Amino acid sequence: MSADTRVATTAAPARPERRGPSGERTVAVTSHTVLGIWSLLVLLPFAWTVVSSFKTNREIFASPFSLPSEWRYQNYVDAWNTAGIGSYFFNSVVVVFSALVLTMVMGAMSAYVLARFDFRGRTVLRYLIVAGLTFPVFLAVVPLFFILQQVGVLNTLPGLILSYATYAYPFTVFFLLSFFEELPGEIAEAASIDGASEWRTFFQVMLPMAGPGMAAVAILNFVGLWNQFLLPVVLNSDRSNYVLTQGLAAFASQAGYDVNFGALFAGAVMTVVPVLVVYLVFQRRLQGAVSAGGLK
Amino acid sequence: MSALPGTPTRVTGRGASRPPAATRKRWTFDRVSLVVVFLGVPVALYLLFVLYPFTQAAWYSLTSWSGFTSTQEFIGLENYQRLLTDGLFLQAVGNSLVLLLVVPAVTLVLSFALACLLTFGGSSTGAVRGLSGSSFYRVVSFFPYVVPAIVVGIIFGRVYDPSAGLLNGVLTGLGLGRFKDFAWLGEPSTALWAVVVVIVWSFVGFYMVLFVASIRAIPAEIFEAARIDGAGRFRTAVFIAAPGIAGSLRTAYVYLGIFALDAFVFLAAMNPDGGPGNSTLVITQQIFSTAFKEGRFGLACAMGVVLAVLTFAFTGLVLGVGQALARRNARGARA
Repeated sequence: MSADTRVATTAAPARPERRGPSGERTVAVTSHTVLGIWSLLVLLPFAWTVVSSFKTNREIFASPFSLPSEWRYQNYVDAWNTAGIGSYFFNSVVVVFSALVLTMVMGAMSAYVLARFDFRGRTVLRYLIVAGLTFPVFLAVVPLFFILQQVGVLNTLPGLILSYATYAYPFTVFFLLSFFEELPGEIAEAASIDGASEWRTFFQVMLPMAGPGMAAVAILNFVGLWNQFLLPVVLNSDRSNYVLTQGLAAFASQAGYDVNFGALFAGAVMTVVPVLVVYLVFQRRLQGAVSAGGLK
Repeated sequence: MSALPGTPTRVTGRGASRPPAATRKRWTFDRVSLVVVFLGVPVALYLLFVLYPFTQAAWYSLTSWSGFTSTQEFIGLENYQRLLTDGLFLQAVGNSLVLLLVVPAVTLVLSFALACLLTFGGSSTGAVRGLSGSSFYRVVSFFPYVVPAIVVGIIFGRVYDPSAGLLNGVLTGLGLGRFKDFAWLGEPSTALWAVVVVIVWSFVGFYMVLFVASIRAIPAEIFEAARIDGAGRFRTAVFIAAPGIAGSLRTAYVYLGIFALDAFVFLAAMNPDGGPGNSTLVITQQIFSTAFKEGRFGLACAMGVVLAVLTFAFTGLVLGVGQALARRNARGARA
């Protein structure tokens, strides 16, 4: 360590060590300034989007920075009805919630067995499932397309739900394993002494105890599934089944200046609002889950 | 609960090969049925929809399959040979490698710096303290991570717009008149960097939150000792905080690298056709168009395999080098 410190003295002479209270304040002010600038860089594009979503095309191009002369709520109506954001929104809700329930049920059950039952091949299974986290999904989508075709669920919402759920499954299992491992075994034992079956023990005793872990994964999965883009674009080319992200992309890539940009911004705002609400309500829990799950 | 007779108090430990809570009991019908249903159904679906496609992709990559014939003609490594001489694909690989090298490095440096400002950038009389109001910055910075990437891409596509975009408006407002009509995404020299900025922008907050948690996990006495020894905040950051969270940094580097190799969704929103002179074309876009626009599924799968090999090589390199460094440091500390 002493060698390291000497190197630093020569490498960073620009920051002399100050001990006085004025120096301390300078540091704090600098930190606040830097972080303030960063926050501005984050918020400005969103604020600009929200303001633009109330403008006409002409206003967007003529005066990109002024407030709209009249707040055009019509853009939201247009996006919702004409551009199809409304139906994409409902598709997204159906697909994301079904897939979320499915992956949570499957993930919790598998994680429970893999964490608390000892049997041959358990380690292999664990590796097999965690391996799913590391493969690039792009390698799988081409064959997946044909598998869904053969099963007969290509371009359908059930096909999309199944794909969403199975691709979120490895992460769900991975995350929940440690939660189930750390539940006290004595409680399960007490339940079995009281005559509860294994099934009952899981649903009435162990699953409720893993509640905080389940909640954390559910929120992370919700954000991930709501934002999913590649799977729907490849597996769901029927326009009436579009989910929000792909519908918005299709809307944005319409040719030339025929796009109603105000409505496009309105569509973007409406896509963000659900995740934003979930985020603001659960942000403590979400950030906690990120820092707990990401460190391994 | 541990008062139950005959139950030894167990020590909780994560990542042990045999988790402490696991029980080896008699296999009754109750237990077997539970294991079969709880594990059998999900794993079967997982095998069919996730693992089986990966193995199939490897096989298709050795065929000339177009996707529409019922049989696939085996052609060996011909697809791979073709890729070696395919200028467009090689350009896509090059662009992907640029993203792989630049995105994680910039994101990690930025998010680490911000995390340090948050955790010990505050005024400190006495112990080193965090910044007041740090939770506001955390909430705001994390926000882009929850916004769908496609929306981020669409928004920045508009931000970069030459005449009506936010960026050029701000720049000209600051008196930089030459940016009045500058097409950030339309100039071969800036297009890829404009994309890099967007990806970094959307990920910095996430890793900042991660690093704040890891820095807080470093024992406070170490910071205290460094302070007493006269280390400034910059030196504390470089020589205490950075080595202290080396594990998180490594994991973050791997995730970001894998993500940078993908980057499909951002480019689908900003430059779906590969950008000016294909300057932003990446491997994943090439896979997508080769498979679903040109119908050359065999060739697309070969590209997918190349992508997977790059991903694994990168992951192995980062984890391997990281471990070697950690071992050397440990030996150095003991000596």
